[in-house]
Amino acid sequence: MSAVATSFGDSAVMLRRNLKHTLRNPTTVFNAILFPIVIMLMFVKVFGGAFSVGSSYINYATPGLLVMAVSYGLSATATGVNSDMTKGIINRFKVMDVSRGAVLTGHVVVTTLRCLVACAAIVGVAFALGFRPSASALDWLAAVGLVVLLGFAAGWLTVALGLAAKSVESAGVATVPLIMLPFLSSAFVPAESMGAGVRQFAEYQPFTPIIETLRGLLMGNLSTGSAIAAVAWCVGLALVGYLWSVSTFNKRA
Amino acid sequence: MRSSAISVSGLRKNYGDKVVLDGIDFDVPAGSIFSLLGPNGAGKTTTVNILTTLMRADGGTVRVAGHDVASATKRVRSAIGVTGQFAAVDELLSGRENLRLAADLKHLRSGDQVVTGLLKRFDLMESADKLASTYSGGMRRKLDLAMTLVGNPEIIFLDEPTTGLDPRSRRTMWGIVRELVAEGTTIFLTTQYLEEADQLADQIAVLYQGRLVARGTPEELKRQVPGAHLQLRFADLHDLGSAARILAGSTRDDDELTLRVPHDGQPRSVLALLNRLDEHMINLREFTVRTPDLDDVFLALTDTTSTNHSREEATVR
Repeated sequence: MSAVATSFGDSAVMLRRNLKHTLRNPTTVFNAILFPIVIMLMFVKVFGGAFSVGSSYINYATPGLLVMAVSYGLSATATGVNSDMTKGIINRFKVMDVSRGAVLTGHVVVTTLRCLVACAAIVGVAFALGFRPSASALDWLAAVGLVVLLGFAAGWLTVALGLAAKSVESAGVATVPLIMLPFLSSAFVPAESMGAGVRQFAEYQPFTPIIETLRGLLMGNLSTGSAIAAVAWCVGLALVGYLWSVSTFNKRA
Repeated sequence: MRSSAISVSGLRKNYGDKVVLDGIDFDVPAGSIFSLLGPNGAGKTTTVNILTTLMRADGGTVRVAGHDVASATKRVRSAIGVTGQFAAVDELLSGRENLRLAADLKHLRSGDQVVTGLLKRFDLMESADKLASTYSGGMRRKLDLAMTLVGNPEIIFLDEPTTGLDPRSRRTMWGIVRELVAEGTTIFLTTQYLEEADQLADQIAVLYQGRLVARGTPEELKRQVPGAHLQLRFADLHDLGSAARILAGSTRDDDELTLRVPHDGQPRSVLALLNRLDEHMINLREFTVRTPDLDDVFLALTDTTSTNHSREEATVR
């Protein structure tokens, strides 16, 4: 077998392994899929009525909830990567000559897939709660594409966090800032309504343009500026995550 | 003469300015069991990590299966299997899936047959479809070793394979190791149990503070320590003193009220000795017949090393 085919085959084997991990770990399924839905119900049914966002709240909040669903699924990746490194199985893989790429790519691809499933669940529940998007098929496709890109970028960043953490517990905690970011963005309330300082942070942090782009695609008022910023952030974060992962992996193993 | 499966010369490794391996040399003939024996922190795992390409040496040369570990890493990896100190099994996969994972990563064509064969051989068929997280310590080690055997590596490294196992599981593990060697596999085994090295190894090397302080067959090592003796314990100093006068060549320990008498341990001569004590009206509290085992060898070796050290220090001063 050629080197490329071998590496591709190994990636597929690792992907299957990580998929089984997700399906067999109830905590992962809960955190990644059910918890975002719980948050969604809280915002839409409990707080939402008090927010004035200029349109139906479910229409406003769904794009932000999609991003939040992505970030909630990340801690499982960080702990999974870390336990591979700390519990000795990585040495088995290395002695079996499994490439670094295969081990890490397996985690990133599963993270991305998990994000997609979580987002599909959010969209499903959103429709049940009265979400009425005005998106065309092409807009939907672009939105899915952006979610995949975001999952991929967040996946690499999380793999790096998992590799850098000293223990499984601290790896889980390391993703908390990523979970907090959507709350400090325009996900649930417009940034203009926030206090000074927080507002500037919300305007310039990566999740805001991503959420605005999703909102534009789904509700039909897309701004080119935020779309470019969203894609640039994703590509940039993916690159940083990738380089950080590779250098940490080489140092640790 | 058999070719050597592993040859190590002048191997050195430092962590910062701490010397972990201070120039060690050994040679393992193909198809034999070599045991690296040493206390915790002696450098056993570091040696295994270097020999299995997981770590780079700071000096010396290491050839495994005829290939240099530093330059022909891939070739070395395809010839070896490693079972580390901590069972490297995937807890969220079943026993069967763990083996399947190993078979897939080794790119085996007949993966299913290999997996079923190993499950049967290691007596894991019943729990094959249960998650490895539900396995006992002994089963986990067996599964770990089974994963290592996927693809029939010619050299197998076992880093403390029985640490933490109950006596029965330990014996099972020994049986498996013996079978492997009978099939022609070379085994490199580290252990802190002398009995294990004694039971299994063709050659033993004792690693202590980063150096090999002794090397040889179990028999050769045992010959390096003083022979068998009787240990007698008395009720008081008076009896101890009388006995010490009667039994030539004995060494007394006044604090413990014991006397150590060189002896061959034969029942007839033990009886004769006890009769002599009785004739002199000496009260014997207890007696023990001691034949040297590897524990004595180990203690003697590591002890001389430390006294040599203090002697050197004394001369320097």
